[in-house]
Amino acid sequence: MTATDPHRAIDAVWRIEAPRLIAGLTRIVRDVALAEDLAQDALVAAIEQWPESGVPDNPGAWLMATAKHRAIDRLRRDERLERKQEQLGRELELQQEMAMSDVNAPTGDDVGDDLLRLMFISCHPVLAPEARVALTLRLLASLTTEEIARAYLLPVATIAQRIVRAKRTLTEARVPFEVPSGPELDARLSSVLQVIYLVFNEGYAATAGDDLMRVGLCEDALRLGRILAGLAPNEPEVHGLVALMEIQASRSRARIGPSGEIVLLLDQDRGRWDPLHISRGLAALERAEKLGGALGPYALQAAIAACHARARDAADTDWARIAALYDALAELGPSPVVELNRAVAVGMAFGPAAGLELVDALASEPSLKTYHHLPSARGDLLEKLGRYVEARAEFERAAALTQNARERDLLRERAAACARAIS
Amino acid sequence: MPRFLMYEIDAKAVAANTPPSPALMAEMGKLIEETTKAGILLATGGLGPNSTHVRSSGAKVSVTDGPFTETKELTGGFALVEVKSKEEAIEWAKRFRKIAGDGESVVQEVFGG
Repeated sequence: MTATDPHRAIDAVWRIEAPRLIAGLTRIVRDVALAEDLAQDALVAAIEQWPESGVPDNPGAWLMATAKHRAIDRLRRDERLERKQEQLGRELELQQEMAMSDVNAPTGDDVGDDLLRLMFISCHPVLAPEARVALTLRLLASLTTEEIARAYLLPVATIAQRIVRAKRTLTEARVPFEVPSGPELDARLSSVLQVIYLVFNEGYAATAGDDLMRVGLCEDALRLGRILAGLAPNEPEVHGLVALMEIQASRSRARIGPSGEIVLLLDQDRGRWDPLHISRGLAALERAEKLGGALGPYALQAAIAACHARARDAADTDWARIAALYDALAELGPSPVVELNRAVAVGMAFGPAAGLELVDALASEPSLKTYHHLPSARGDLLEKLGRYVEARAEFERAAALTQNARERDLLRERAAACARAIS
Repeated sequence: MPRFLMYEIDAKAVAANTPPSPALMAEMGKLIEETTKAGILLATGGLGPNSTHVRSSGAKVSVTDGPFTETKELTGGFALVEVKSKEEAIEWAKRFRKIAGDGESVVQEVFGG
């Protein structure tokens, strides 16, 4: 007797094996859409046979062998291959491939290379960012189309179409199934990292009432990041991204208050931060730094997160270091949001007047015109300087700009406190 | 994503105080690498044979030093994994048992992680 429903057991095996299966098949058939179809065929066969026969000893090898047989069947029926000879050639290749894998199971490294190639093509710049995300969740995180739709609060048909189109685009663009090298590698790797971080942030933006699938995107992203770190262990930014996600994830319990409201970082109960995530994050950051990647954009953001993680309470925060890290981040690519964060850190480290000077320089920045954090940060600095009349106006401006009701209340309270200080 | 703790009970090798064979160590190393690369392994380790039991009863807390000879009291290694479902954790536990030889593993969900 088994304690688990056979279909759920198959589903579990599928989640473990599917990415490697699809990756290996893509290498053989050179088309990710066909590879996924073949993998699905193998899954259907498993659902038919395993409840009777039991899960085979090596389910991954079973699925791969079944999918390869289907590949040969399809090849024989394929009308697009008009020349018989070409068809025969591919068939021989496949059979050879199968014979090889029977004698010699592919080693971990070969499988890893295929997985890495699959990650690179599903995050290929020829695809729109939202298509990269959907395809990656589908092929590498083994999420179903329905699960992705639920996580992104979109109709299933939208996601299904996105995935179909993405696969078609890859086929039409004849995107090679390879790990890019040379100067292309950096750009392509940063596309992969961006996709993973987009998934993470989507999950991080979820609120208490959201579907668990949506909250789970954080863990899906973390898992993808950890997988990537195993596949490309010498790339410092991969570890930087993992570090950033681990440390942010460590706060997930503390950042939601009892009535579902967002609790800001400095107000969080640090006792509720997850020490396991923090230590994994700090270890990943150390790897990134040891590989010479301390100044990469993800490693820098992780280093900032680490400053907070290391501080036992908010007052212990090393703001001078945080300000320096924002300096380095701004050097990589100037951004008004980074500049505002730097100003806040400078204000905390070197006094409100120094911070205010930087914030004022951002006053005419068009991209921050409706960004409520700007007046709210300015209000905070003015309040600390005892300039209550101006501070009150800034808090009220911020309250009018924010979409978040809880935050609006908070800003109004602060405006009222300034009003009381004046009288 | 749920977390599960898996640990060995009734660890006869620990009871007999026999170190694992090099072949088993190699297999185990491969599995640990595989679970790390799958992005699911959060922490793992072997447990030493000498345990200490700390018991509480009413207001009294008593400490009993090992070694304990009952094999069912002996735990071998442990792994903390982060996976999609209980079934996935069980699948990994099965893969562990296939190389670990005779014995028993317990898989339990960890709450509050």
